[in-house]
Amino acid sequence: MIGFVLRRLLQSVLVMLTVALIAFGLFRYVGDPINNLVGQDTSAIEREQLRKKLGLDDPFVVQFARFVKNAARGDFGISYRHRRPVAELIVERLPATLELSIVAALLALLVGVPMGVYTGLHRDGFLSRTFMTLSLVGVSLPTFLIGILLILLFGVVLRWLPTFGRGEVVAIGWWTTGLLTASGLKALIMPAVTLALFQMTLIMRLVRAEMLEVLRTDYIKFARARGLSNRAIHFGHALKNTLVPVITITGLQLGSIIAFAIITESVFQWPGMGLLFIQAINEVDIPVMAAYLVMIAFFFVVINLAVDLLYYLVDPRLRVDREQAAGHG
Amino acid sequence: MHLKLGRLAAAAVLAVGLSTAASAQTFRYAFQGDAQSLDPHGLNETFTLGFLGNVYEGLAAYDADLQLIPALAESWEVLSPTKWRFTLRRGVKFHNGNPFTADDVIFSWQRTLTEGSDQKVRGGLISNITKIDDYTIEVETPNPTPTLVRELVWLYIMDKEWAEANGATEAESPKSAETSGKFASLNANGTGPFVIASREPDVKTVFKRAPSYWKEIKSNVQEVVFTPISQDATRVAALISGELDLAYPIPVQDWDRLEAAAGVSPLTGPEARTIFLGMDQARDELLYSNVKGKNPFKDVRVRRAFAHAIDLEAIRKKVMRGASTPTGLMIAPQVNGFNPELNTPYAYDPELSRKLLAEAGYPDGFEVTMDCPNNRYVNDERICQAVAAMLAKVGVKVDVLAQPKSKYFAKVLAQNDYDTSFYLLGWTPGSMDAHNVLQNLLSCRNKETRAGLFNLGGYCNPRVDELTGLIAAETDPERRQALIDEAFTIHKEEVGHIPLHQQPLSWGVRDGVTVAQRADNVLDFRNVVLP
Repeated sequence: MIGFVLRRLLQSVLVMLTVALIAFGLFRYVGDPINNLVGQDTSAIEREQLRKKLGLDDPFVVQFARFVKNAARGDFGISYRHRRPVAELIVERLPATLELSIVAALLALLVGVPMGVYTGLHRDGFLSRTFMTLSLVGVSLPTFLIGILLILLFGVVLRWLPTFGRGEVVAIGWWTTGLLTASGLKALIMPAVTLALFQMTLIMRLVRAEMLEVLRTDYIKFARARGLSNRAIHFGHALKNTLVPVITITGLQLGSIIAFAIITESVFQWPGMGLLFIQAINEVDIPVMAAYLVMIAFFFVVINLAVDLLYYLVDPRLRVDREQAAGHG
Repeated sequence: MHLKLGRLAAAAVLAVGLSTAASAQTFRYAFQGDAQSLDPHGLNETFTLGFLGNVYEGLAAYDADLQLIPALAESWEVLSPTKWRFTLRRGVKFHNGNPFTADDVIFSWQRTLTEGSDQKVRGGLISNITKIDDYTIEVETPNPTPTLVRELVWLYIMDKEWAEANGATEAESPKSAETSGKFASLNANGTGPFVIASREPDVKTVFKRAPSYWKEIKSNVQEVVFTPISQDATRVAALISGELDLAYPIPVQDWDRLEAAAGVSPLTGPEARTIFLGMDQARDELLYSNVKGKNPFKDVRVRRAFAHAIDLEAIRKKVMRGASTPTGLMIAPQVNGFNPELNTPYAYDPELSRKLLAEAGYPDGFEVTMDCPNNRYVNDERICQAVAAMLAKVGVKVDVLAQPKSKYFAKVLAQNDYDTSFYLLGWTPGSMDAHNVLQNLLSCRNKETRAGLFNLGGYCNPRVDELTGLIAAETDPERRQALIDEAFTIHKEEVGHIPLHQQPLSWGVRDGVTVAQRADNVLDFRNVVLP
């Protein structure tokens, strides 16, 4: 078990190195950071000096090696634009993104799973058909558009919710939270719904499909024959057996929620890491882009690991040692 | 009924919003980006300097109409073409309470020459500052510099003691990020009417009115909340929803929406930025064209043909929604040296254009690639597409390569050896003087003197160079204007560039809020009055 975790963590280093390598290979195509760092009157010679100083003249292999060497010591460099250590910037922006992502993921789960179960059980009900039709909207409309539509409706027309930002935040140590103030909670609603909508529909459809599959199996028929209550059958047996794929997908989706919060954050000017990354792309802030990509890769690896561990919890068959199982056979 | 209720509720919410905003005298505004740093010498860029101009001040300033007015200097006189005397204002205090004196001016000037400074060009205009007494200084320039005071508007004065106490005696920028501190990038201490109460870069900056300011200003604003909002749609929505008092820039195509919405309206005017086209006249063969072995742009007839093929009026109406000012000069009316008599654009005459092309040996036109930014100027990509369509009518096939500004500038500027054949660029002279344009855009490229650094097409006429040198040194306004006129006349005759228009400033303002929209796109809180 511990060996397994360690192995996976080692693999994560490899994944991060690969992501960083590809990222550095691509940075050359993003543009030239120098023009964003100096004014129009700055001379060509000074521009060249700055380029040398930042090491942008070096071939990308050298730049990459330097990045890895520093990153191994926990030093992600200094943002060109903010003139502050990248690690500091990311830590500052991390709470906003994590709060948004986790609220969105919870929303997706807490609404998506019951909706999936319901539509699975009442296949032809009116409500099921409505859910299914609505879920098509969630799957097919791009996040950007959903965000803008929500802003138009609730921000501009009804004026119930703020159109941008995070509201008032409270600092608890280095963590800042918007969950404790009214304006912070109000500001969270639209971005969280926007971000959750796609995942919600995905989870709903997945749970529904799995439920339909499971309900057809013999052990459910057998359970019915034993006269178990519907409630016990649906939730105790059927739902539990649909959960392995749901956990996998939800876990992987949590990674994408964090990664794709970029779009939602930029639509709502949500001051998280995604916005930081978008701004870094616009300004060709290479240290920020590199650190962000590596960190997202790390998140994905960790989430995958957590998902694998959860399997053990949900599926008892995986907990049994193989040899033992073979012995019984 | 539901709709009515909704509207009523909205009106009620709005009314509450209005009353609270008015009582607190808080002015909330948004721009598409944030100031890059609070260090007044770290970046020489319009928005950053304009933003900091509410906190820091120079010896002189611009008023709402972009007229030069005294600021930290009460007056100045020219002792000789290379020597100026400035009388500094007495009784001015920095926000930390320190008095403003000659030492602060000398310190700030020296700071602009430190390694991390992006204001070296301005600092370099001065060779020495002598302190006569605490409130009198003599400034010497290596060359006669009639535009000195205009340049000093953007050279902000810092408190020497404050900088020394906080290890901020060197300008801070990425050039020095490893070596020097970052105190001045995150803190400010100026003499202006506002202090920075809190700042989270790229998230929110709050300004508070300074307890005292040396000058009467008409603004009744006590607090300013600035939020950068990068998405155009979100910025416009935030303004219409009443969460902002002012937002800019507003996309030109959203003006109608603002007109239609209650409580807000667009505020537009001409910007001092001139948008123009340039052609590679330096290479013997164009990099991106089907004409091989020669460069068609070296022939003035081809350049003239291009100029006459472009319908500025159509661009104004169709692309810019009637909001641009077509121009025949490389400088805007607000810029010192502008002469309305020279401002007639090249006439739109496709017939003449075709004839000129035929005379030059291209009766069937030719192909050329045009470099164009797509997120730098107002509707930049659409302008390029319109130009391409117009040139197609006279037989020239233009392939538009529109890219984000980071990629565009990386391709076409000096560091990439001016890798372009035909391009669109915009320019606002930082000094608001014609010399800046002549020096940067119209002079022959010269690596040593830095002349013609942004002359991407390599237009070169020795007489224009000579005139540029004379204009730099001429202190008599009338003779200077004659020299400027001569230079621009030659440039126009030779079609060195094709000026298109001054682009519109595009702000959205909540009704009842008065602001001054300066032609350099700077928002000065001194001119903001809330209802």
